[in-house]
Amino acid sequence: MCETTVAAMAGKPVLYYWDARGRMECIRWLLAAAGVEFEEKFIETPADMEKLIKDGRLMFQQVPMVEIDGMTLVQTRAILNYIATKYNLYGKDAKERALIDMYTEGILDLSEMMLQVVISLPEQREAKISLVKEKTKNRYLPAYEKVLKSHGQDYLVGNRLTKVDIHLLELLLYVEELDSSLLAPFPLLKALKSRISSLPNVKKFLQPGSQRKPPPDMKRIEEARKAFKF
Amino acid sequence: MAGKPVLHYWDARGRMECIRWLLAAAGVEFEEKFIETPADMEKLIKDGRLMFQQVPMVEIDGMTLVQTRAILNYIATKYDLYGKDAKERALIDMYTEGIVDLSEMIKQLVICPPDQREAKISLVKDKTKNRYLSAFEKVLKSHGQDYLVGNRLTRVDIHLLEVLLYVEEFDSSLLDPFPLL
Repeated sequence: MCETTVAAMAGKPVLYYWDARGRMECIRWLLAAAGVEFEEKFIETPADMEKLIKDGRLMFQQVPMVEIDGMTLVQTRAILNYIATKYNLYGKDAKERALIDMYTEGILDLSEMMLQVVISLPEQREAKISLVKEKTKNRYLPAYEKVLKSHGQDYLVGNRLTKVDIHLLELLLYVEELDSSLLAPFPLLKALKSRISSLPNVKKFLQPGSQRKPPPDMKRIEEARKAFKF
Repeated sequence: MAGKPVLHYWDARGRMECIRWLLAAAGVEFEEKFIETPADMEKLIKDGRLMFQQVPMVEIDGMTLVQTRAILNYIATKYDLYGKDAKERALIDMYTEGIVDLSEMIKQLVICPPDQREAKISLVKDKTKNRYLSAFEKVLKSHGQDYLVGNRLTRVDIHLLEVLLYVEEFDSSLLDPFPLL
């Protein structure tokens, strides 16, 4: 049904997306945290996108798409869940997974709001930024601080590293980019941010030269908007 | 206290309906506490039972779970409707997410103000047919089996049935080109 690239056959996952954070970044983070090397094929022109669609490799004509273990997966959560299961970052049982999922979904909701800021029309941006800051401060950060306070452990679930610690670290870095004062009232989150950042694989990913993508460049977004019509 | 899950939501489909479907398909009896006034909602929030001050919320097996996907994933795992291994789960998740996107798109249309509705209707119909329904028809055609994944009932068959009924409610002719669906 779909051609398997050489890289994918060599065993490395291959990521298909724009050279941007977008909806792929959380997947890059998780692979990096799991110590998994991956390749990337960047979509640069509408023709690149059309080819992927025409070749039938995008089930819903959308990216992210990841070739992994002989599968051509789309849908961010499907990809994240598979990687987390494979690399044992998804808790020890169904109840831990339920907590991980619940916490992850909150993080994804806030991330989605942040993504909307990036792709929204310039005149809407101010209002969306205010909304993000308000939700960050009053809904999301307090919820995760409360979890850490409730058990006093170093990780959100099950007293060991799981996918949700990585998702949270990534989110906290974006919150910091948006407005570092937002983190000030949350000592346990700040401590977690420090701790997870120091894990060897994460530390490596945070260095310059890794596959981590930089903050969005508004000029490039506007150019992409015209080319890809969103 | 009988051990039945308790669902907290409005007396409406919304984001809780897929959970009701899955529990029902699994043969699990459940109770519902309907939010009827803003005061009901405020109480849930004030009692600290909604991690993100949102519903759906389901009390199940001693947990107070929010977030639709977390709840669905737990129920599916518990009642063995989530495939046999990680690869089957990946397919189930991929298909489920597409179904969620399709449901969301139809829902948005339903709540859309009448003046904007007309313009959106043809886009929704086009995507329903050409992006979503065709994708699921193709899956069924590819293996010729009675269920979407793993040749037995999983959660995604239930999710798909539910959304096909919504498509039918919206415009039953949309289903015509899809015999396997």
